[in-house]
Amino acid sequence: MKIIKEAIAGTLESSDLLVKVAPSHDDTLEIILSSEVIKQFGQQIRRVVDETLQRLGVTAGSIIIEDKGALDCAIRARVQTAVLRGAACTDLNWEHLS
Amino acid sequence: MNSIEQLSGQQPQLAALRPFAGANAATPYLADPVQKRERKLLGSIEEAIERTGLQDGMTISFHHHFREGDLVINRVVDTLARMGFKNLTLASSSLLSCNAPLIEHIKNGVITQIYTSGMRGKLADAISHGLMEKPVQIHSHGGRVHLLQSGEIKIDVAFLGVPCCDVFGNANGSHGKSRCGSLGYAKVDAQFARQVVLLTDEIVGFPNVPVSISQDRVDYIVKVDEVGDPSRISVGAARVTSNPRELMIARFAADVIEHSGYFKTGFSLQTGSGAASTAATRFLEDRMVRQGITASYALGGITGSIVDLHKKGLIETLVDTQSFDNVAAQSLAESPRHLEVSTNEYANPSSKGTYCDLVDVVILSALEIDTDFNVNVITGSDGVMRGASGGHCDVATAANLTIVVAPLIRSRIPTVVRHVTTVVTPGESIDVLVTDHGIAVNPGRPEVAERLRAAGLPVMSIEALYQRAVGLTGEPQAIEFTERIVGVIRYRDGSVIDVVRQVRE
Amino acid sequence: MKLRRSMLFLPGANAAMLSTAFVYKPDSIMFDLEDAVSLREKDSARLLVFHALQNPVYREIETVVRINPLNTPYGLKDLEAVVRAGVDVVRLPKTDKPEDVHELETQVERIERECGREVGSTRLMAAIESAIGVVNAYAIATSSKRMIGIALAGFDYCVDMQTERGDGTELFYARCAVLHAARAAGIDAFDVVYSDVNDEEGFLKEVDLIRRLGYTGKSLINPRQIELLHNAYAPTDEDVDYARRVIAAAEAAERDGLGVIALNGKMIDAPIVNQAQRTLQRAQASGTRK
Repeated sequence: MKIIKEAIAGTLESSDLLVKVAPSHDDTLEIILSSEVIKQFGQQIRRVVDETLQRLGVTAGSIIIEDKGALDCAIRARVQTAVLRGAACTDLNWEHLS
Repeated sequence: MNSIEQLSGQQPQLAALRPFAGANAATPYLADPVQKRERKLLGSIEEAIERTGLQDGMTISFHHHFREGDLVINRVVDTLARMGFKNLTLASSSLLSCNAPLIEHIKNGVITQIYTSGMRGKLADAISHGLMEKPVQIHSHGGRVHLLQSGEIKIDVAFLGVPCCDVFGNANGSHGKSRCGSLGYAKVDAQFARQVVLLTDEIVGFPNVPVSISQDRVDYIVKVDEVGDPSRISVGAARVTSNPRELMIARFAADVIEHSGYFKTGFSLQTGSGAASTAATRFLEDRMVRQGITASYALGGITGSIVDLHKKGLIETLVDTQSFDNVAAQSLAESPRHLEVSTNEYANPSSKGTYCDLVDVVILSALEIDTDFNVNVITGSDGVMRGASGGHCDVATAANLTIVVAPLIRSRIPTVVRHVTTVVTPGESIDVLVTDHGIAVNPGRPEVAERLRAAGLPVMSIEALYQRAVGLTGEPQAIEFTERIVGVIRYRDGSVIDVVRQVRE
Repeated sequence: MKLRRSMLFLPGANAAMLSTAFVYKPDSIMFDLEDAVSLREKDSARLLVFHALQNPVYREIETVVRINPLNTPYGLKDLEAVVRAGVDVVRLPKTDKPEDVHELETQVERIERECGREVGSTRLMAAIESAIGVVNAYAIATSSKRMIGIALAGFDYCVDMQTERGDGTELFYARCAVLHAARAAGIDAFDVVYSDVNDEEGFLKEVDLIRRLGYTGKSLINPRQIELLHNAYAPTDEDVDYARRVIAAAEAAERDGLGVIALNGKMIDAPIVNQAQRTLQRAQASGTRK
């Protein structure tokens, strides 16, 4: 899945996260993660984000995440929403989303 | 040979006695009509500091009755810095977010050692990250009096903000425009300090009644514009909540009390200042009315919700070391059975008698609690200090039933953990943990577990709660610390129960 | 016999509420993808609910999702997501006629086959929000074997009736009609939400009314209403005492091989025994009324 435009999903409320995606200029994937719980859960959040992007087939783009202590299920949903919006994709493949 | 010489000739041990030298030889101010009355009144904080003879390396103390509204601590330390003092020990009953300006004075070497019950905000953050050479000493409210009694803390000058006092220093907190209620922390400083300076924004007619701090403990009095903002006492604490999760925990806590075996007429209780424990009193009221049960006394920080039960005749006596809001302060002024007590009477383990000794039920909060029931109320799970020891370990060990209330997780941070970041209260003092996901009873109290189960409450093992928490959040990575110790956690008897290390950046 | 006294509404786009709501232990939890979600957030709410439903914490509780109507661009996508995610019950809003349910059922069955979910395992309920819906209530209630209940939705219904929400007079006929349709069809009936969270007295008055009418339960918008509702639905000590005696008499009759159950010289029939079982079930769940 290719990110073709800037898009945003989520909120900055507690237990949520804000995900901003943008197309990549040089075809690389750049993920910038900041989190209130980075010391305790940074690695786990990173793993969930990587896995979610991989299943969506995202290989390039800028992904900026501001996490407010969201649980994994919310992280998956917000990353997916931002990517689907950024890829202007409306035809959902549920296998790749679960 | 005069009679004194004669006396010492016959009785050499009396050689030091002096002859009479006039009626006011020791009290010259009595001969001066102005001095007689106003000798303690000084024009400025600077003058008071000079008169006390404070020197570098000495210990100064404060109380924190105004909590986030305090206007004395920063002001006095600013003055000391301006006057060039260095190397002072600051012994405040506690410190809060409003004390962030102290950071500069620590950097400049004005303050080099701190004793406190807790810290919050930027100051706590800076000290956690290694601001001070000497680690901060964290004590409980009762433990502070113990340290004063044992001589580890020797207060040279106490600077005590009071909402009103007379020209001799008879002071109370239940009157005056900055009324803060009980002066329970300040009473101890007045008792132990070598010299006492009162700062007040209201000097009233002599003699001022009631007397919380007595004239015979007071050296100097300075009139200032404002000692504190009472409306900020409850900032960050003692909130009345409409949050459904906190209300649910509060209801569970009331259920636990009702079925614990201690819910009988004449029982005594303490509720902390947290949202859930304050709300628990509301749920307790229904149960008390329904079953015709009244309590003998409520102890500790007193809130408006506790005063409400007192007014309704459900709690006979209020025993108050810290009034958490204006309703409590007003009740202290008006109700003959609303008692102001010092922290020595409240919780000092080496006192001859404390009110906490006879408490039946206490509700306390926690930042973390581990599967051995040890409680942390000082450090966040990121390793940074952000709380206060308060009366936690004092009342926890004394009460017949110690209940800790906390949400199982806060955003993604689990409250129930394998090992707490910092032990403040040992697990052996904790009987019941109430969370929004269920209730765990210390295996040392099987009879309590049995009673709660029989009442249909959701009792489970603390291990099950832990598994539930990490099932939701995932297993947190361990925080990395350096070797350097930035805080020492003193148990109420003065022993060291844990230390806080600097977080690795 | 599933207890369905409380159905807690959760806005589908709110990550924090989705992460905590299960702790309140309502009998059912309803994620809302319809009115509580703005048009801009339909896609994100759908994905949040999709993942929340798969979280093990929601396996312990009956999950309901209110999808958007199938004649909107969102309805079918919502349905794809929630059936695949394992929702227990799909709630169809603005149901006017049995054909609305038939259309939903056809799609649900297709999705069940596609994702390998047992056909028939997705249950349905319908919200009746119009005059025609109320008139067709029995036909809607009996439109599918999957139906577990019908709910009255007060706001849209009142608009359609050219009146407004008030003391309940405006719902007089609809409440009775929906309840009769549900009972005649042998399914559950749910009452409207009570929107003033801080008015406990008004809420309890309404709960008392619908409980005495015979409603199975009520839709709730705030977790604080759950305990109040459960307590109002809890039987009294006397009710429990009587129910125990009814059950004991029934068991004794069974044991002695008697066709007739008698208690204190009076004959008791099966509906009374069922009623007694319901009483004991409610007492088991929330104790007796305080």
